[in-house]
Amino acid sequence: MMQLDCPWCGMRDEPEFVCGGTSHIQRPALEVPDREWAEYLFFRENPKGLHHERWCHIFGCGRWFNVSRDTVTHAVVHVYGIDGRSS
Amino acid sequence: MPCPPQKDIASWNRIILSETRSRYSAWSLIRGALSNQRHWRHAWRAASPKPAYDIVIIGGGGHGLATAYYLAQNHGIRNVAVLERGWIGGGNTGRNTTIVRSNYLYPESARLYDFSLKLYEGLSQALNFNIMLSQRGLITLAHSRHDLESMSRWANAMLMNGVDARLLSREQVGMQVPFIDMSGASRFPILGGFSQPRAGTARHDAVAWGYARAASDLGIDIVQNCEVQGFLKDDKGIVGVKTNLREIRADRIGIAVAGHSSLLANMAGFRLPVTSYALQAMVSEPIKPVLDTVVLSPATGAYVSQSDKGEMVIGAGLDHFPSYAQRGSFAITQSTIAGTLDLFPSFSRLPLLRQWAGIVDVVHDSSPIIGSTPIGGLYINCGWGTGGFKAIPVGGWTFAHVLATGKSHELSEPFQLDRFVTGRLIDEAAASGIAH
Repeated sequence: MMQLDCPWCGMRDEPEFVCGGTSHIQRPALEVPDREWAEYLFFRENPKGLHHERWCHIFGCGRWFNVSRDTVTHAVVHVYGIDGRSS
Repeated sequence: MPCPPQKDIASWNRIILSETRSRYSAWSLIRGALSNQRHWRHAWRAASPKPAYDIVIIGGGGHGLATAYYLAQNHGIRNVAVLERGWIGGGNTGRNTTIVRSNYLYPESARLYDFSLKLYEGLSQALNFNIMLSQRGLITLAHSRHDLESMSRWANAMLMNGVDARLLSREQVGMQVPFIDMSGASRFPILGGFSQPRAGTARHDAVAWGYARAASDLGIDIVQNCEVQGFLKDDKGIVGVKTNLREIRADRIGIAVAGHSSLLANMAGFRLPVTSYALQAMVSEPIKPVLDTVVLSPATGAYVSQSDKGEMVIGAGLDHFPSYAQRGSFAITQSTIAGTLDLFPSFSRLPLLRQWAGIVDVVHDSSPIIGSTPIGGLYINCGWGTGGFKAIPVGGWTFAHVLATGKSHELSEPFQLDRFVTGRLIDEAAASGIAH
């Protein structure tokens, strides 16, 4: 089973976590045209390979953090804080 | 299926082309008995790519092959190539749980998927290839009062849209599925459900092979082991593809690659509202017939049928994180088996023989995208997510129309990429069957 290294609780099994999707998406200003707003809401890079994503240790400490993970091998390359800084 | 070494393809083509392909029939079997059944030929012709075509389709799965067939059959366009990176039908077409149904909620979807089911009903005859369609019905189970209410809404929506549906009482479910746990002691007791009698299963490989054979007969080139590595562009848009075999030019190019759609879109210079997830399935050892319908329990995440070979075929919910690994997460395997055993405790000693996953292209409203892209000359058929197999005939039919005419088919008109900008989403998350 895949395990993730929660910055606060350590290595735990995948069912304790929920994946919150791609990280580091900047919300544009509210007055941008519809197309740009749609890009923000729906359109994704969806890479085959390294993906930066948010996870929440929902059945644990309940805190959010970032994970850099390979979407083919599922190897976790880096775990870092939700503010972008290494924890 | 035929896949000769590359160097032999040219000579092999000559042999095949010099023969008149025979129709499959009882009569041909009887006649073949006289020659010890040595009359069998390769079902379709493996081609090496020409430098240019009218239309190139990327992806030799069900949707790509069906598109090629309908381009030739409905539109008379035969100068077409289907490029497949691996072998035909080796992606999600060979990895699904073989279920066909049209139990959707909204009129746009009902029209689309029921047209697909109707094409499936005549497909063995149309292709002269037995796809082993078995309309054994699909029962969706209700485990709570709220489930019962939402299912009467669901079934009534289907009836309003002209699709067959029947509400089932608890007793009727027990009659139709004798092996299911009706004791009331399970974690999710069964209170009733509804069925779509015309739903059922079809042999998934046969759908790919049947379309490939029929398309090949009409002159379509099917090229395996041909990976698209880039696009050829001019100032108007895309004019061809770069592959590991050669550069191939085409007036129009269609993408039908399911979970890998984003990679080709990124290669062409645009993005899609798609996230790729692993969707897994598994089969048990074959046993005697115990289940002659398809059972879906949204609450437990179990989706069970029995193949003609006797294996219990179990479909899972989506893995919960983006993935391009065709194996699936163990956490989901575990919860799916637990859910299945909650319904069918007697299956607990069945050994599982195989478990695998396909990479599915999930969009936010669980509805497909069939139409043009922001890049000239480039069209896309994707977003079927967890339900692409049942939609192969209509996906091919409408995508062929798009590629032949440059315009949307009336069935695919609501399913354009720009709905994510206009906000006119068709949210079928509830009807897409499995847990998201």
